[in-house]
Amino acid sequence: MEADRPLWERFRDPGIARALVARVRVRVARELGGHVSLMEVCGTHTVAISRSGIRAALRDAVTLVSGPGCPVCVTSPEDVDAMVALAESGLTVLTFGDMMRVPGSSTSLEAVRARGGRVRLAYSPMDAVSYAASHPDEQVVFLAVGFETTAPGVALAVAQARELPLANFSIYPAHKLIPPALRALLDQEVGVQGFLLPGHVSTVIGRRALAFLAEEYRLPAVIAGFEPVDILMAIDRITHMLVRGEAEVVNAYPRAVREEGNTLAQRAMWSCFAPADAAWRGLGPIPGSGLGLRDGWEDLDACRRYGVWAQPAGAMRTGCRCGDVLRGLLLPPRCPLFARVCTPAAPQGPCMVSSEGACAAYYRYERGDGDDGPQGAGAAGPR
Amino acid sequence: MCLAVPVRVLTRDGDWGEVESSGTRLRAALHFVPEARPGDWVLVHAGVAIALLDEEEARESLAFLEELSTPHGS
Repeated sequence: MEADRPLWERFRDPGIARALVARVRVRVARELGGHVSLMEVCGTHTVAISRSGIRAALRDAVTLVSGPGCPVCVTSPEDVDAMVALAESGLTVLTFGDMMRVPGSSTSLEAVRARGGRVRLAYSPMDAVSYAASHPDEQVVFLAVGFETTAPGVALAVAQARELPLANFSIYPAHKLIPPALRALLDQEVGVQGFLLPGHVSTVIGRRALAFLAEEYRLPAVIAGFEPVDILMAIDRITHMLVRGEAEVVNAYPRAVREEGNTLAQRAMWSCFAPADAAWRGLGPIPGSGLGLRDGWEDLDACRRYGVWAQPAGAMRTGCRCGDVLRGLLLPPRCPLFARVCTPAAPQGPCMVSSEGACAAYYRYERGDGDDGPQGAGAAGPR
Repeated sequence: MCLAVPVRVLTRDGDWGEVESSGTRLRAALHFVPEARPGDWVLVHAGVAIALLDEEEARESLAFLEELSTPHGS
């Protein structure tokens, strides 16, 4: 019965995955000079590519470079320092789990919590609102980290807090936008011939918001879902376009992504946020690549409310090369710290801290020499 | 971080609903999927439904792919 075996699981079919791998390998060998480099811009893709064995199955034919696709990894040390300062000043800080261990210039939220600071995990932004409502004696700050996928939900939470109204709830706005980051990346040097585009960011912003990659930069790019077959289908489409010398932005995740995206989610996001300049770890400052609270909503901005602002951080002297990894200039195993000084147990940088960071994915799934192809049902994709 | 999972809508009451994900019942915000009804599948990210999943589109993609993996496909 379909209720027990959802249709979506067929996108894990090992037979289809093997056929796609074979087709891509033959095409690259015969028609694309034996090798292509592509970039994925989504931490969930990074993990799926590693865990499913896709990277290993396409080894030598396709290099998949991880771009700035993990919101936690690209959060600047300055922002982490400001979040830490809020947590150290006696406020209650609520955050998505991945932020806990990310190093600022000197310490992390986890370290603050260990010293008795009030840092709590939230599963959704609305949880933070509920917590503030049931703890009126605490000043609650939600760390708003994430891309366009996450920002509309935070906008809902902000609107809820305004409506109740809650005097003890605010957010630290650290959201990032994908299109300006891709532009900044492409205005520098990247050695990739095409892009695997983030499926869930695209459900919100739509295919059209990414069409500039083809129109202005003449690059083939494909919006992909997260099952192994989704990812391989996207790689298949990109290499097909490369052979034909075409550059288009193709939606290969039409079950979830529409041309215009989710206009209601966009409307919610822009009702309380406006584009703001933001600093990215690895890419530096990018104009208009973040979200700040709009005029009329500034009272919900924790920075204004508590006078805590991101300050330029001191130089990080660990030798961590996360910045180069996030620009696609360095594969994690080529970093001198990788798996020697820097491990998930003792991470030196954000790409090893976050479960979706490129370094963590390589550490967890790609340190053997196993070269088994994509595994089938249940081996990959979001759970 | 942009992880979103397909879940089935069980009940809907205005902008909120109950959804089922691998046997677990969760409350989810349905503000951005006004057309979602009980029985429909939506993608939920951090407690918020961000898209209604289109089964017809999925079937079309699969039909195209399944030709590939049949012995005569290439």
